Amino acid sequence: MPTLESYEGQTPAWCPGCGNFPILNTLKEALAELEIEPHQLTVVSGIGQAAKLPHYMKCNTFNGLHGRTLPVATGIRLANHEMPVIAVAGDGDCYGEGGNHLLHAIRRNINVKLFVHDNQVYGLTKGQASPTTMEGVVTKTQPFGSLSEALNPMAMAVALDCSFVARGFAGDAEFLKGLMKEALNHKGFALLDILQPCVTFNKINTYRWYSERVYRIGDDHDPFDRIEAFKKSLEWGEKIPTGIIYRNSRPTLEERIPVIEETPLIKQLFSFKEAEKEIRGFY
Amino acid sequence: MDYTIRIGGEAGQGLQTIGGVLAKVFSRSGFHVFTHQDYMSRIRGGHNFYQIRFSDKEVMSSREKVDILIALDLYTIETHKGTLSEKGIIIYDAAFIKKVFNSPGFLNIPFEEIAVEAGGNRIMANTVATGAVLGILGMDLTILEDIIRERFRKKGEDITGKNIASARAGFDHAVKVCTMCDFTVPEPGAPPLMLINGNEATGLGALMSGCRFYAAYPMTPSTGIMIFLASKAKEYGIVIEQAEDEISAINMALGASFAGTRAMTGSSGGGFALMVEGLSLAAMTETPIVIAEVQRPGPATGLPTRTEQADLLFVLHAGHGEFARVVLAPGTPEQAFFLTNKAFDLAEKYQIPVFILSDQYLADTEWTFRGLNTGSLRNNDYRSRSEALEGVSVYKRHRLTENGISPMAVPGESGRLVVTDSDEHDEEGHMIEDAETRIKMTQKRLMKKLPLIRQEIEPPLLYGSDRPDIVIVGWGSTYGVMKEAVDVLSGDYAIAMLHFSELHPFPSTEKFDYLSILGNTKLSLCIENNATGQFSHLMRAETGYKFDARINKYDGRPFTLEGLSGELYAHIGKL
Ligand SMILES: Cc1ncc(C[n+]2csc(CCOP(=O)(O)OP(=O)(O)O)c2C)c(N)n1
Ligand SMILES: [Mg+2]
Repeated sequence: MPTLESYEGQTPAWCPGCGNFPILNTLKEALAELEIEPHQLTVVSGIGQAAKLPHYMKCNTFNGLHGRTLPVATGIRLANHEMPVIAVAGDGDCYGEGGNHLLHAIRRNINVKLFVHDNQVYGLTKGQASPTTMEGVVTKTQPFGSLSEALNPMAMAVALDCSFVARGFAGDAEFLKGLMKEALNHKGFALLDILQPCVTFNKINTYRWYSERVYRIGDDHDPFDRIEAFKKSLEWGEKIPTGIIYRNSRPTLEERIPVIEETPLIKQLFSFKEAEKEIRGFY
Repeated sequence: MDYTIRIGGEAGQGLQTIGGVLAKVFSRSGFHVFTHQDYMSRIRGGHNFYQIRFSDKEVMSSREKVDILIALDLYTIETHKGTLSEKGIIIYDAAFIKKVFNSPGFLNIPFEEIAVEAGGNRIMANTVATGAVLGILGMDLTILEDIIRERFRKKGEDITGKNIASARAGFDHAVKVCTMCDFTVPEPGAPPLMLINGNEATGLGALMSGCRFYAAYPMTPSTGIMIFLASKAKEYGIVIEQAEDEISAINMALGASFAGTRAMTGSSGGGFALMVEGLSLAAMTETPIVIAEVQRPGPATGLPTRTEQADLLFVLHAGHGEFARVVLAPGTPEQAFFLTNKAFDLAEKYQIPVFILSDQYLADTEWTFRGLNTGSLRNNDYRSRSEALEGVSVYKRHRLTENGISPMAVPGESGRLVVTDSDEHDEEGHMIEDAETRIKMTQKRLMKKLPLIRQEIEPPLLYGSDRPDIVIVGWGSTYGVMKEAVDVLSGDYAIAMLHFSELHPFPSTEKFDYLSILGNTKLSLCIENNATGQFSHLMRAETGYKFDARINKYDGRPFTLEGLSGELYAHIGKL
């Protein structure tokens, strides 16, 4: 059985106090509790501070390009659907650069867990606005303040009938762990947006800012009710809900491809001799 | 015997069906066939034609002169009547196109009326036309009847019977009215030949190389590869995913490859442009991938359904950073089949991206072959799977080795972790920034692998005179027309063709000293379907050799035999 030590990786190069630390620790705990061995898991990440996460733990890793986590994760799942795949991305990575892939991963319902470290800023490139940066926030590249409305990933995901939509907060690790485990156990695409204070480049959305606003969604919320979920997803500002906002039980893409119904692609034996008869089809 | 049949009409009129069936009749009769299509980028209307050349000798290019023109509309007559050969005839349905031609060479065959009379309906007019062509040629109907039975099996006996009756009625009518017809087709005696186009051959090559994953975004003229593989998906276990864009397509293929399966993607120039960052990712993570780039004329959207060889330097240089790649450019469907197999083998062996650089002309032209010898296919599994990994105590995905090739494990198959990164990384795959590791990794990925890869590359093929005064040089899809042009001119001159189908790493002269052949010529000509002579520049950069002259065609159309031969005579005349 894996313990926390089984996941011990390199020493993170994040800023002291970064919201990524509790996310990393929580993920290790969730995996250990679910008894997923490091070699049984693949983490796909892009580029950004968040995307460095797999190097700081132990797992199979494909640290690809900025914005392209979901296509790679999709390819891995289609080739081997017995391998749990987590995609780790920053808000810039998956809501900006890779936004189109997110829409289509949700539509496909590929069984990938997307954990977004949402610090509402581009951390690695030192503080430009991201798609979730609040309107009006001034940065070095947004001299008149961010002029676009901030993206609401939760509302977008509910609108797209995403099969699992949740929000966590790096400052509430215990609750976050539960959400990570729920996401990992969920059958289908899961979007877990994690509010992650960036202590260096986001002086607005601080630990304190989030702590004053977030609350845990109670039992009175039925995540299977899409209309209620949509209402919940629109809450932002004075009160920010954390927890499972929406879920459904749509079939996954993997389940719907007859070719891999029984055996993962990588385990299917192939002999080109069998295909030789295809040549006869051209006469 | 060497006849050309051209079927012209609007998109949606079924000229592909007539052409496809006739081509099959000829190839099954044991004749050599070459077909090419000229179509506009639209679903209905416009002007399109399908051209079939067939002969009892090998044919591999299109001619300009037409022996039988099947005109499905008036426009076809107006546009193509000038291309008719001396004994050529035009067949058309006067009632349908609402015009009668009385000049010699015109043959009115009321396709629709005959179809209705034969018990069918107007849709079967095309079957009448097909039968009529065979009547005009004095051929037999048996093979056509077989093909009709195969094609209509699912539609039931009634439809099959009516189509056969229509074909026969068209045949009989033509025999009766075509008094001026003067065609002699020898009795078919040779065994049937296979008929296959470039896209199908690439798909078949991928299938027989164990490709299990193909992700792409549709783009003419590359889509045929995806369609072929999709039609085999169920039977052979291939996952076909239509990605949201080409960026996703290549990244999906890389994910599938990383996970342990042979993966491929394909597009035309515009779509490949979007894949370029992913290409660089394949190189950095040493993830094997095969990419088919089926060229069409650019820039931008260009001419979507036409042909050009103008992405050579793009494919050669695409991607930021410096890395190893292989570029293969088949000249025939047969080469496309074997080179696709080679592409998979090299991609997996060296953990690099490998290109099949094709174009619309090769993609859509059908050729005949006796068969494909699968005995020479290479299908080694270069990946370390469960058993092989059991004994390994420390596994490093990017281990520094003598030859630069690191063990490529399948993740999840053992307790070993497989880690890779688009950042520069250490042997284990974790990101680094130190200069020393960077140098070692570049040497491993590039400098150590490259000489080994270069040895895998075959030299150009010499055809014609072995001590030529004149050498024509080309690459990729111009193979057929160049070869036939050599045949045409070889009666008068010591002429040869040098055809390159493996372009990068550029073939060395070790296996075959093609430079000494070129050095002893009176005239060397580089033939390319592009405006700037990209291959001639490449040749000069790689070998220092400068061609005496170039023939470039950049109207979006392929070279024809008459066209190329004419230009060659003109150049030789200047000597
Ligand atoms: C194609 C491409 N464009 C831009 C970059 C530069 N870049 C790297 S990470 C990043 C944004 C990082 O923000 P986010 O994804 O939110 O991650 P964070 O660092 O905040 O965790 C940018 C713009 C890149 N690596 N690749
Ligand atoms: Mg960010």
